[in-house]
Amino acid sequence: MEDKNKSSRRKFLDNGLKLGIVSAIGGLGLSKITSKLNASNVDSSGEKMELMTTDGTLIQVDSSEVMEVTHAKEHDKKYNVREGNPNRKFVMVVDLAKCKNALKCQNACNKHHYITGENAWLKVYKMQEEKDTAPYWMPMMCMHCDQPACVTVCPVDATFKRKDGLVLIDNERCIGCRFCMAACPYSTRVFNWGEPGQEVTLNMDMTHHTPSPEHAGMPSIKGTVDKCDFCPHAIDNNELPHCVTSCPNGVFYFGDKYEDTVTNGDETVRLSQLLEDKSGYRLMEGLGTSPSVYYLPPVDRLVDFEDGLKDFKEFESVEPVSPAEKPE
Amino acid sequence: MQTHKTIIRDLKPKKFGKRDTIWTISLIVIILIGLVAYIDQLITGQEVTNMRDYALWGIYISNFVFFVATSFVGTVTVAILRLTNNSWRTPLVRIAEIISVAAIIMAGITIMIDMARPDRLLNLFIHARLQSPITWDVVIIPTYIVISLLLLYFPLIPDFAILKTHFKKKEPKLSKFYGKLALNWTGSKAQKLLQEKSIRIIAIMIIPVGLLLQTIDAWLFSTTYRIGWDSTNFAPYFISGAFVAGVGALVTLIYIIRKAKRLENYITDYHFDKLGKLLALACLIYLYFNINEYVIPLFTAKKGELVHLETLFTGSYSILFWAVTIIGLIVPIIVLLFKKGRKPNTMFVIGLMVVIGSWWKRFVIVTPTLLHPFLPIQGVPESWRHYFPSLHEWLITFATLAMAFLIITVCVRYLPVIPIQRTIDEMEASEANNKNTES
Repeated sequence: MEDKNKSSRRKFLDNGLKLGIVSAIGGLGLSKITSKLNASNVDSSGEKMELMTTDGTLIQVDSSEVMEVTHAKEHDKKYNVREGNPNRKFVMVVDLAKCKNALKCQNACNKHHYITGENAWLKVYKMQEEKDTAPYWMPMMCMHCDQPACVTVCPVDATFKRKDGLVLIDNERCIGCRFCMAACPYSTRVFNWGEPGQEVTLNMDMTHHTPSPEHAGMPSIKGTVDKCDFCPHAIDNNELPHCVTSCPNGVFYFGDKYEDTVTNGDETVRLSQLLEDKSGYRLMEGLGTSPSVYYLPPVDRLVDFEDGLKDFKEFESVEPVSPAEKPE
Repeated sequence: MQTHKTIIRDLKPKKFGKRDTIWTISLIVIILIGLVAYIDQLITGQEVTNMRDYALWGIYISNFVFFVATSFVGTVTVAILRLTNNSWRTPLVRIAEIISVAAIIMAGITIMIDMARPDRLLNLFIHARLQSPITWDVVIIPTYIVISLLLLYFPLIPDFAILKTHFKKKEPKLSKFYGKLALNWTGSKAQKLLQEKSIRIIAIMIIPVGLLLQTIDAWLFSTTYRIGWDSTNFAPYFISGAFVAGVGALVTLIYIIRKAKRLENYITDYHFDKLGKLLALACLIYLYFNINEYVIPLFTAKKGELVHLETLFTGSYSILFWAVTIIGLIVPIIVLLFKKGRKPNTMFVIGLMVVIGSWWKRFVIVTPTLLHPFLPIQGVPESWRHYFPSLHEWLITFATLAMAFLIITVCVRYLPVIPIQRTIDEMEASEANNKNTES
């Protein structure tokens, strides 16, 4: 009995070993075949390549295993207005030293957002900290904060923060409670108190247009909040926002924080370098809203302040459109 | 038995006289005028108000805060006096409950008037976001309405049964109406036990809900960065303010109802004296939080905050600020400290001062802060730098106040304003007590 048992056990082990070897060889062969089928450059050169993974670590791979992938097109189709452009982070830099209150930015903004109210979305403030320091001009738009106070208090998610840094408004959802306006420390939001009347005063045809948060003011809707949207409609066409392109003094720089690049149309500069060289700052940093708009301090101020005063309008930020000026 | 009949005859709801009818009709007229103004606001937009991008909230919001504050009277007088076994509350609680219900219903309506897109009201539920204080309001106001209604209704059930039998022959229709509301009340021991227990549960429940309601109302403001609102003191400040507004409204209305329904035998000088002490307590607590809110910050005020405080103390809002502080708070405290100051007639004047002061106090809380943003107001018409309500806003606000009065009037017409059953019970108890002591 014992002998028989022993021999059967030996036989089992023997067979098992053989099977194991066969399957290992087979597996190796199979993997070889599949790798050959997949790879376009067939030769296993033995040459190593250095690559960087998506999380930023360097790895070494055999060059034979590297192959080209076609871009997945589905990403573009799944574009979500509330998510925004993937892997972008839009920022703006305003160089106060250059601003001379030409107000071209405001005019362009009013024009391209079809603003009919009395309060422009982009305003140029006349600022003066102390009586004995010279005043300066400060363009103000939506700060597109990373910790937006307006978004926190909105009861219906009508105003939202996108991954690409933009704070936008869904004017078809807004209930008009104006809590976001009360919450915004920069007083940047404006309200459509009455009928915006763009069809009449600007002679626009809005019937075929579907409103989108990506083009604020197109159209403006009564009883809802509007504000600067950083012009995603221009960004989509690879254009700069209207205030940037219209400024004759190159005050505004627009760009991508992830690329660390901003441009005012004439020059393109490193964002971090620019902020470091010219001591850039953000408005009311202490509140913790972390705005996406940076300011470069107003250096070279003159105490006898005349630059731009001729354009300083105390009460009027949006020029009323007279019927004669109406576009045909 | 004879006394029972007199009590029922004195306390039963009575038909309107000529004066009451004129009062009710004028209320309805005011409401209709306000309704026309509101419809115009709906069509034209909030352009018809004097609110603009800087003064973005106006009397709709301060009126809303006033209503929310006044509704606190139910919590204070009914629940707290009940749980602390203050028996002098008996003839006062029903009126307090009615005020509470009317005020909280009107608060819910007023906040919707401020919404520029009431057609999108459902978005508050479809797209609700829990982090917004407005969503908390959407939750707490209906809750408080339900609890206030129950607190009004449960103690009414035995009275409805009494009125059902009382009106059986004379007015069968009214008797049937009361009978339905009485829910087959027979006054059996089991029913009494159940009713007693239910009232106690509701009375305990309304305290945290009432405190939360006032707190959320304060958080509507203190969750913003605005100077003058961004205050950790705001919630207790609002709660104590609501205590003042609520008791003030109660004093005023009790005086009027007592006069109109000739209830001098039931609501006596003793009750006014007690109410006066309660109002004095409320005012003193409110004064304490006012000092916390306005005086202490003076010591460490940053630039912007100092500008805000100076506007209130010596600037463009100083007249209003000192008026509401002196007339609505300090004078009442001084007068109410004296026994003569707690007589019905003086109490009525004091109550009126407190209520009007409370209403304007909310205006002083809402408006000046909005006109002092962090950045200077520039590039807008001159009129946007100030705020005073437009005709539309006044008409609509008066209509909401008239609607609150109308709810109270209808309740006074059809409900016994003093609990009948409880008054009978207490009288019997005291008679039994007297007999015991005599024998």
